Amino acid sequence: MTSAPPSSYRLLGGRIPYVEGPLKVTGRAEYTDDIQRPGMLVGRLLRSPWPHARLRSIDTSAARALPGVFAVLTGEKYPTPFGVLPITRDETAIAVDKARYIGDIIAAVAASDERTAERAIALLRVDAEILPDYADPRMGVAPVAEPIHQRGLLGSNIQKEVVQHFGNVDAAFAHAAHSARVRGNFAGVTHAFTEPLVTIAEATPDGRLTVWSATQVPHYLHRALSEVLGLPMHRIRVIKPEVGGGFGGKSDPLPHEIVCAALSLETGRPVKILLDREDVFYTNHGRHPTQNDVRIAVDASGQILGYDIDALLDGGAWSSFGTVTTYYNGVLAMGPYRVPNFRYRGRRVYTTKPPSGAMRAHGGTNLRYSVEVALDMLAEKTGIDPFDLRSRNALPPNSRTVNEFRITSTSFLKCLAAARDKSGWDTKFRKLPYGHGVGLGCGFYISGSNSPIHFTPKMPQSTVHLKVDMDGGIAVHSMQADIGQGSNTLLAAIVAEVLGVDLDRVHVQRVDSDVSPIDLGSYSSRVTFMMGNAARAAAEELRGKLVAAAATLLDRSPDALEVGHERIQERGHPEVGVTFLEALHRAMETSGALTASGSYNSPSMGGQFKGARAGTAPAYSFAAYVAEVLVDDDTGEYRVPKVWAAFDCGRPLNRLAVEGQIEGSIHMGLGQVMGESMNYRGTRLINPSLLEYKIPMPQQMPEVEILLVGDDDPEGPFGAKEAGEGPLIATLPAVGNALYDALGVRFTDLPITPDKVLKGVDQRRAEGRPWKGR
Amino acid sequence: MPTPDLLRFRLNGQPVEVACESARVLLDLLREDLTLTGTKRGCDLGTCGCCTVLVDGRPTLSCLTLARLVDGRDVTTIEGVTPPNGLSPVQRAFVNHGATQCGFCTPGFIVTATALLREVPHPTRKEIERAISGNLCRCTGYRKIIDAIEAAAREVA
Repeated sequence: MTSAPPSSYRLLGGRIPYVEGPLKVTGRAEYTDDIQRPGMLVGRLLRSPWPHARLRSIDTSAARALPGVFAVLTGEKYPTPFGVLPITRDETAIAVDKARYIGDIIAAVAASDERTAERAIALLRVDAEILPDYADPRMGVAPVAEPIHQRGLLGSNIQKEVVQHFGNVDAAFAHAAHSARVRGNFAGVTHAFTEPLVTIAEATPDGRLTVWSATQVPHYLHRALSEVLGLPMHRIRVIKPEVGGGFGGKSDPLPHEIVCAALSLETGRPVKILLDREDVFYTNHGRHPTQNDVRIAVDASGQILGYDIDALLDGGAWSSFGTVTTYYNGVLAMGPYRVPNFRYRGRRVYTTKPPSGAMRAHGGTNLRYSVEVALDMLAEKTGIDPFDLRSRNALPPNSRTVNEFRITSTSFLKCLAAARDKSGWDTKFRKLPYGHGVGLGCGFYISGSNSPIHFTPKMPQSTVHLKVDMDGGIAVHSMQADIGQGSNTLLAAIVAEVLGVDLDRVHVQRVDSDVSPIDLGSYSSRVTFMMGNAARAAAEELRGKLVAAAATLLDRSPDALEVGHERIQERGHPEVGVTFLEALHRAMETSGALTASGSYNSPSMGGQFKGARAGTAPAYSFAAYVAEVLVDDDTGEYRVPKVWAAFDCGRPLNRLAVEGQIEGSIHMGLGQVMGESMNYRGTRLINPSLLEYKIPMPQQMPEVEILLVGDDDPEGPFGAKEAGEGPLIATLPAVGNALYDALGVRFTDLPITPDKVLKGVDQRRAEGRPWKGR
Repeated sequence: MPTPDLLRFRLNGQPVEVACESARVLLDLLREDLTLTGTKRGCDLGTCGCCTVLVDGRPTLSCLTLARLVDGRDVTTIEGVTPPNGLSPVQRAFVNHGATQCGFCTPGFIVTATALLREVPHPTRKEIERAISGNLCRCTGYRKIIDAIEAAAREVA
């Protein structure tokens, strides 16, 4: 099995329709809100109308007295703080003492029906003392009158500060032939998944609690429920039904999930909390509003000498993933280029606004925009083509970055070559008429965080169990969370591939913590890599049992046998063999139903300094995108007719899914660069609806030419790496740099809306800098 | 409590008679009272299209439609466009072209696309884009959805 990988596989590498597709297209796939439990109550939340307030008292008497009200909860009953990162537990299920943003949960009720629940909410009387609010992270970097959290650094609202320096950045800049500086400003954006947040909890008389929730990470939810509710994990059962998109927005354990469970414990009845769309926007945990300052130095030949980066992140009211975000906004600049000197200061500051968190291409998106725009500026300054500048600096395979990231496979040079060739770059760049341009943007992202949030490094990050009984159906259990990215399909396909069986024998079971072995869930683009390796290991163990049984039937040595399609046969003599079922039934004579287990843990990696593990991953994806833009000079409106997307995800295992991830990522990236923005008046979110927060329409979606050029990764399952988040990143700078090619204007304030386009062009003209004759 | 009206309409080809408060919207009637959960609730504001059903053959946002307005009319949900055995050409094309990822918006798209192909059997890509512009999808970037509808049109033809 250690020989060179085959050039193709029977299933993997093909176009595999989703195994649950028929359920989804008929409305038969079961999402959390589709579940009804007998006697189920309706949970409703009272949210703070104040950005920052001390809660003096909450009078619940009138609400409690209302017929049909079963429970009213305020913060003091379950005050244990939680948070997705164990080092920054600063959230509570319901606000304790203080409310910290407009939308913070300050009380909850469970009632027989919606109308009663809403009436009860209206009867709650809150006595609050208004505290100073903090809309802008810049206000919070110095000591403030009323820190939002006690844990703020030295009386400020700074939640996390990261300072790193490798090499000697000042010397690098002193010797530089050229340098460029980009001061980027990025509005917050949010996931806007179509399925609203929803949870059902059911406490039962056997002392157990079952929770169904729209979550990407059932295991972290499981832990948070246990910690806050004071129930041991084995008395809690977490079930993940189908999930209608996540993109990071369902990866934190969220307060309403815990409140829902608490209401069920209080009432002894099942309770459902379904957030309306406005509440989903308030819950947020989206991409951080960011101000970054990126300086890059190069020598006369375009060789990168150093990066100097500062980032200020608006964290909103809670920590969430913020400590990771703060590291990522620096360290994810390490690829796809060799950077010999690197300095970074990142600060994440609490504000009294909806919490920021992890969103697709977490921590790697805003930073990358500024880096790639700076490289575009340096290409112009040095007179080197943007593609050549980047190939000259590409990280080689099997290398280490200055901060000790281990780089194994990279096909970045192939990405560059493919994007350049297919886009016709050399006939277009700086050659198209005014208002029409092309731009290059590149990407780099982790293929699974090496640093799991809760486990000691010795515990596997993914485990897969298989069970096959005499019917020949293979049940697959794992807590990996399919949220639409196709991980169930990949899991089934890997098992079927290894065992040589048809896909319809393999049944991926719903995530259920009572029976699913732990996988850490869908975040950090870890699932294909980690679950894939675990699934392969489990299937290989099962295959070993089947081959051993076949060997006794065929009177051959197991070493002489191989797996064929639905059979086990002699290598070189495929006519000598037994069917899958014959081998299975032989094996079952001694053990009954067969079981197998496989797990994966990433190898130990990273340096010895503080924060060294942030950004380490068992592999990285690489991207080079060219975007073409067409601008209407009169209105400032523009469209992106085409994107050439060259991507290195190693070997794509399901092309249909990989294409879907890339197209979806481009859609989401275009949203951020062209128009999506969480808009605030002070601390009040003023566009909490899908009408006012606009994601791109079908008409805005470009033609996408996907170029999958990756070579097999040595450690990825069947050579694969991630394709879920990395494909988003390059979209933004490709568009930004294309706008420069079209108009001669650098845009560093996202989203780049038509008014900014017009203003930028006016300013360029006022400065007397003609572009393409205009 | 307002007095419930008695509604009579055709639902997925069958006559139904159901008591319904006058302020109740069609989406609640379908999902909660009639347990037809294939129609999805994404926003309750008519902004996402997940709740699309057909009323007299036309795509309609059930979250914005008072249930009593369908009295005497013909309502078709995702359950009604699904053949008793297997998948319709539109559904099959969505599966095979990867036009469904998380699947939450999918019933709305299927219903919209089914109505489009009944009215315009050979739509152009532009016509498809226009027809689905009331349905949001956050996963696919729409391209595979448009591909699937085109493929279904070819298959039906």
